[in-house]
Amino acid sequence: MAGSAIAPPLLHLRDVTKSFGPVAAVRGVSLPLYPGEAHALVGENGAGKSTLVKMLAGVHRPDAGHVELDGRPVALADPAAARAAGIAVIHQEPTLFPDLTVAENIFMGRQPTGRLGRIDRAAMEGAAARLFARLGVALDPGRQARGLSIADQQLTEIAKALSVDARVFVMDEPTAALSGIEAERLFSVTRGLCERGAAVLFISHRFEEVFALCRRVTVLRDGRLVSTGLVADVTVDTVVRRMVGREVSALYPREPGAGAARGEVVLDVRGLGRRGVFEDISFTVRAGEIVALAGLVGAGRSEVVRAVFGVDRHDAGEVRVRGRRLPPGSPAAAVAAGLALVPEDRRRQGLVMELSVQRNAALTRLRHLARLGLLSARRERRFAAEWAGRLRVRHGGLGDPVGTLSGGNQQKLVLAKWLATGPRVLIVDEPTRGIDVGSKAEVHRIISRLAAEGLAVLMVSSELPEVLGMADRVLVMREGRITAELPRAEATEESVMFAATGQREVRA
Amino acid sequence: MTAADAHSSPASPDARAAQNASPSPAPPASGAPPAGGRAPGPSGGRRGAARLGAARETGVLLALLLLVAGTTLANSRFLSAQSVKDILLGAAVMVVLAAGQTLVVVTRNIDLSVGSVLGLAAFATGKLFVAQPGAPLPLALLVGLALGAACGLLNGALIAAARVPALVITLGTLYVFRGLDHSWASGEQINAADMPHGFLDFGTATVLGVPVLALIAAAVLLAVGVFLGSYRTGRELYAIGSEPTAARLSGIRVGRRVFLAFVISGALAGLAGVLHAARFGTVDATVGTGMELQVVAAVVVGGVAIFGGSGTAYGAALGALLLTTIGSALTVLRVDPFWQQAVDGGLILAAICLDRVLALRGTRRARAKEAPHGA
Ligand SMILES: Nc1ncnc2c1ncn2[C@@H]1O[C@H](COP(=O)(O)OP(=O)(O)OP(=O)(O)O)[C@@H](O)[C@H]1O
Ligand SMILES: [Mg+2]
Repeated sequence: MAGSAIAPPLLHLRDVTKSFGPVAAVRGVSLPLYPGEAHALVGENGAGKSTLVKMLAGVHRPDAGHVELDGRPVALADPAAARAAGIAVIHQEPTLFPDLTVAENIFMGRQPTGRLGRIDRAAMEGAAARLFARLGVALDPGRQARGLSIADQQLTEIAKALSVDARVFVMDEPTAALSGIEAERLFSVTRGLCERGAAVLFISHRFEEVFALCRRVTVLRDGRLVSTGLVADVTVDTVVRRMVGREVSALYPREPGAGAARGEVVLDVRGLGRRGVFEDISFTVRAGEIVALAGLVGAGRSEVVRAVFGVDRHDAGEVRVRGRRLPPGSPAAAVAAGLALVPEDRRRQGLVMELSVQRNAALTRLRHLARLGLLSARRERRFAAEWAGRLRVRHGGLGDPVGTLSGGNQQKLVLAKWLATGPRVLIVDEPTRGIDVGSKAEVHRIISRLAAEGLAVLMVSSELPEVLGMADRVLVMREGRITAELPRAEATEESVMFAATGQREVRA
Repeated sequence: MTAADAHSSPASPDARAAQNASPSPAPPASGAPPAGGRAPGPSGGRRGAARLGAARETGVLLALLLLVAGTTLANSRFLSAQSVKDILLGAAVMVVLAAGQTLVVVTRNIDLSVGSVLGLAAFATGKLFVAQPGAPLPLALLVGLALGAACGLLNGALIAAARVPALVITLGTLYVFRGLDHSWASGEQINAADMPHGFLDFGTATVLGVPVLALIAAAVLLAVGVFLGSYRTGRELYAIGSEPTAARLSGIRVGRRVFLAFVISGALAGLAGVLHAARFGTVDATVGTGMELQVVAAVVVGGVAIFGGSGTAYGAALGALLLTTIGSALTVLRVDPFWQQAVDGGLILAAICLDRVLALRGTRRARAKEAPHGA
């Protein structure tokens, strides 16, 4: 962090404003980005962070105000112009081409060329492999992008941004799908960029990351700038208070011993296996109990819950719900037996982007809300309004297409949709990914309360504090196997990390 | 400038997931690196995709060989030099059209006006030689290309301006161009007798037994194939068809690229019109009627995904060759020509079903995360 405040800003947003119809997403925000330092941008879901990013990326043009580069105003008319100006952007939603290879995705439009301007594929894949080596991940640059996990998609996006010879790097929640180790590698690469004089704008809902990486932090609320200053001058508490504008109740509101009054075994998984993905997975979840699946990205956690729910088939073992065996590979049977799965990739798997907010919220309850087979718009609206309110989903109107919601608000809506089905077993994959602090506490409270009412919860989470704060029991996975089962009392940061990385075997 | 966007069908992620997903082998068990247990081995990948693409082309080639072998067994004259030459001549026009159509289809668009453009260019060629019997051959080719490009320009401009799916726009221009052709010809037919010998000879000339028209088609195919496979602009066309919004976000000038694809498709249809006139010598206002559907059929049978993003011009050309050969085989076997259409239709359905089945299997294996949860 060689940045000195005396150097003039590399990039300066001046009084930018952007509205979408009646929604004022960003209002008169000024923000300097200095060379050689990372600048954090924080705010609640829907505060306007991504809108700001899209103005820097040339996707949106500001209604008022302008962007200065090296002290001179620049017009970022489209994404190509932004790239030409030396601004590299990692968007919140991965923007990959599923039919093309990972390497082509990274270098699209900038592929290395050889004789007669033909693309040199070997050089391109070599360059991609070097980028992945810098990030410390093993991803085959020659494979098709279709079917990449969320984390791998995000890593590809990161590699894409790093491949540009840019001076300004804008990263919109780059770590949302990554676990600690991958995020740490991204940070060391980012510090390297700063040392070479680049300016970085970094967005995250995880404060540890902000405090570890950034020199300055700017807080947005309702599209307005609340404060901007050195990270050294603030604490997590002050930042949170400025973000939310009120006191936030404690995170992880789970009293110790809450899961003591456990009921019968509801979910019983025995010897589940899927060749080459995971094997010998056995565990139970009782009514009223919250069980967390922890581990690194790629350990096979999401794959296990997908198989339990029947989205993927398994080749060994069985899943029983209240003693009754589920037919493998049938999500419909799982739903009928009282299972609900909130998937990892909520944007693609959880929402219909063209439909309205209220219709999306009600999708799982259509039959319940209908009268004589006809859907009552009033009941649908009342239902959607109730859940949108509980999870503080910020939206323009309940009739707007769900695609116009901010990333975090889309996440909340999917969560609401499944919580509303009143299942017996709730499986959530990354319940609070991309969700701001205030709503995080709300999500945790709702899950805790549902468990107290007798729901069995199986939760996959990459956030250790969430795992430790919420779970009655922690199952740790590594390379497709369960390596430890830790009751709440024995689950600590160290014991979980040891089991996840395999540096020491912990068996309970 | 959002032609591709306008045409993108939002309701089709599932169908898109189905296109060409590679049936990659399951990744090797354990022994993976600690940083996430993924193995970079030979799994998934372009290798998978390439294998599938190649498999598709091999499949079409195999069907072609079986067809030729079977028909020859039934009637040995099917493999005579004359008959092979006829097939190549017929396929030449289709291959040129199919190469142009591939450029458009990979961007998730479609050009239905090519049959009419071909007709217009063929008639213009006839008119040119009636007016100027001494006109040089390159001039005729140039006129065809330019006329076709002008039609493509109109298509592209309308699509960009109206933001209406290309399907609708080119369905409109299909009738507009055909109408122009009819009013220009007003019932007139230009016969081989009106054409200069040099031009008609060009239509039947051979080099080492291979028709010159087929050589021209092969050159066009190679040019389009290399452009799509190895040039940045060509790869951008795939990117646009694969995910239009992502294409825009990554700075690709989507409107311009789609426009370009339509101009080239039009120009190639114009060129095909000149080749058609040279081959038959007789042209009137009905030349090329219905050809657009045969071309789309050839492209789809050849493995170009109708939802864009994948497939090659070579595959499309094989599809064109297969359909042409089926036509000849049915004639040789004295089957009612009506059946030709039924067979073409059946092939399209078979091709689409095959894509779907392969893709579903591939998707399962690759655990592609795009399939919506059943509920
Ligand atoms: N294309 C759009 N049309 C209409 N409204 C939009 C559009 N894009 C964003 N908005 C609205 O603008 C506001 C700010 O959204 P933005 O995506 O910038 O939030 P964010 O701070 O990035 O939130 P998150 O943390 O959830 O990603 C939201 O209320 C959102 O609904
Ligand atoms: Mg955002």
